[in-house]
Amino acid sequence: MIQTDIVIIGAGPVGLFTVFEAGLLKLRCHLIDSLPEPGGQLIEIYPKKPIYDIPGYPVVNAGDLIARLMEQIGVFKPGFTLGETVTKLEETADQKFIVTTNKGTQHLAPVVIIAGGLGVFEPRKPPIENLSAFEDKGVEYIIKDPELYRDKQVVISGGGDSALDWTIYLSEKKIASKIALVHRRTSFRGHLDSVQKVMDLAAAGQIDLITDAEVVGLQASERGHLGAVMIRHTTLGDVLRTADHFIPLFGLTPSLGPIADWGLDIEKNAVKVDTFDYATSRKGIYAVGDINTYPGKLKLILCGFHEGTLAVQSAFARIHPNKKNVLKYTTVNGVSGF
Amino acid sequence: MEENTVHVNIIDREGLTHRLEAPTDMNMNIMEVCKSYDLPVEGTCGGMALCASCQCYVECDIPLPEQSEAELAMLAEAFHVRDSSRLGCQIRITKEIDGIVLRLAPK
Repeated sequence: MIQTDIVIIGAGPVGLFTVFEAGLLKLRCHLIDSLPEPGGQLIEIYPKKPIYDIPGYPVVNAGDLIARLMEQIGVFKPGFTLGETVTKLEETADQKFIVTTNKGTQHLAPVVIIAGGLGVFEPRKPPIENLSAFEDKGVEYIIKDPELYRDKQVVISGGGDSALDWTIYLSEKKIASKIALVHRRTSFRGHLDSVQKVMDLAAAGQIDLITDAEVVGLQASERGHLGAVMIRHTTLGDVLRTADHFIPLFGLTPSLGPIADWGLDIEKNAVKVDTFDYATSRKGIYAVGDINTYPGKLKLILCGFHEGTLAVQSAFARIHPNKKNVLKYTTVNGVSGF
Repeated sequence: MEENTVHVNIIDREGLTHRLEAPTDMNMNIMEVCKSYDLPVEGTCGGMALCASCQCYVECDIPLPEQSEAELAMLAEAFHVRDSSRLGCQIRITKEIDGIVLRLAPK
């Protein structure tokens, strides 16, 4: 089990800078993020976009800001668990927390700081009534192992690159026995050569391209697995199609995820905190950055830096209840790492 | 009515029409105006055309600025999309849109 002073959930700009402020207080940090690299939405969504409201930087690209933050906190040698999503939080008898990820990695610390930003990016699920009933029974939102579809009848839905690419892959590698690509419109928004390839496969009869249509219902087979999908065509009406697997590929959307189940006060999809120290309703757990809410909250990186700074002062008092601490200026004392 | 102010009409998911005053000189968009009046528009991504939580249907003939690639890409993946769909965050408040009528798409 990984042991540290502070587990930070979320390695976006605010989580990263919190490492720095904790380091000044000689507190060690370990960051966990579901994305494969640090930076959060700045790296995942808008690495090339300029940011104009970081003090001292008239303009800085999101990706560059993350690189600078990584450089700034390097001296404090933070640990990282990347590409894993936090699923469970348990409190021990001595008021510490065990934070567990979907891959089973465990982290132990007396303080948890949630810097989760928009939350976890999860697949966008189409509004089909009984969709969740077929999860792991023929409905998959992410293709993990293409071999699952060997000699199966597959229906893929979506109009972006992942829908196009997987249709091409499962067809060209002769994995699935039958493939239909269902898309609401006639035009696709993926790479031009992928679109052309899908058109060619359809013309050659290798796949069924069903446009101006949506999957609107699911039916079970005799053994309770997915057996068929109902496809609603704008002109032809409803058509039932045999399918062993239905793979809706509509991109990712952020959600609060498992944090919502940790007994924290939640308001409007955000974690309520006390602005004295950005503590949540559970002692030892703090929330900073876009994921928190309080009267006057502004979702700015700038404000998140401030929140993390105050949170670690309070965290210090929890970790070292009998130790004196005074605010030190880096100008006077410099920065001494671990 | 104040100078630099227009009216936008937002029909909420219960069918109720809200006539909102919106400033043209604050660089705002429809998503932000809805949020400032506490209408149930989440605007999760902050206005980058990345979440479709501000999707609405245009229910008037007022011409709107063309859709960007980013908006078209998002609407290609979103649900409940119609020909009249737009993302509220991509419609700037300008004097040209005075009187616009928009219906919030289902969540």
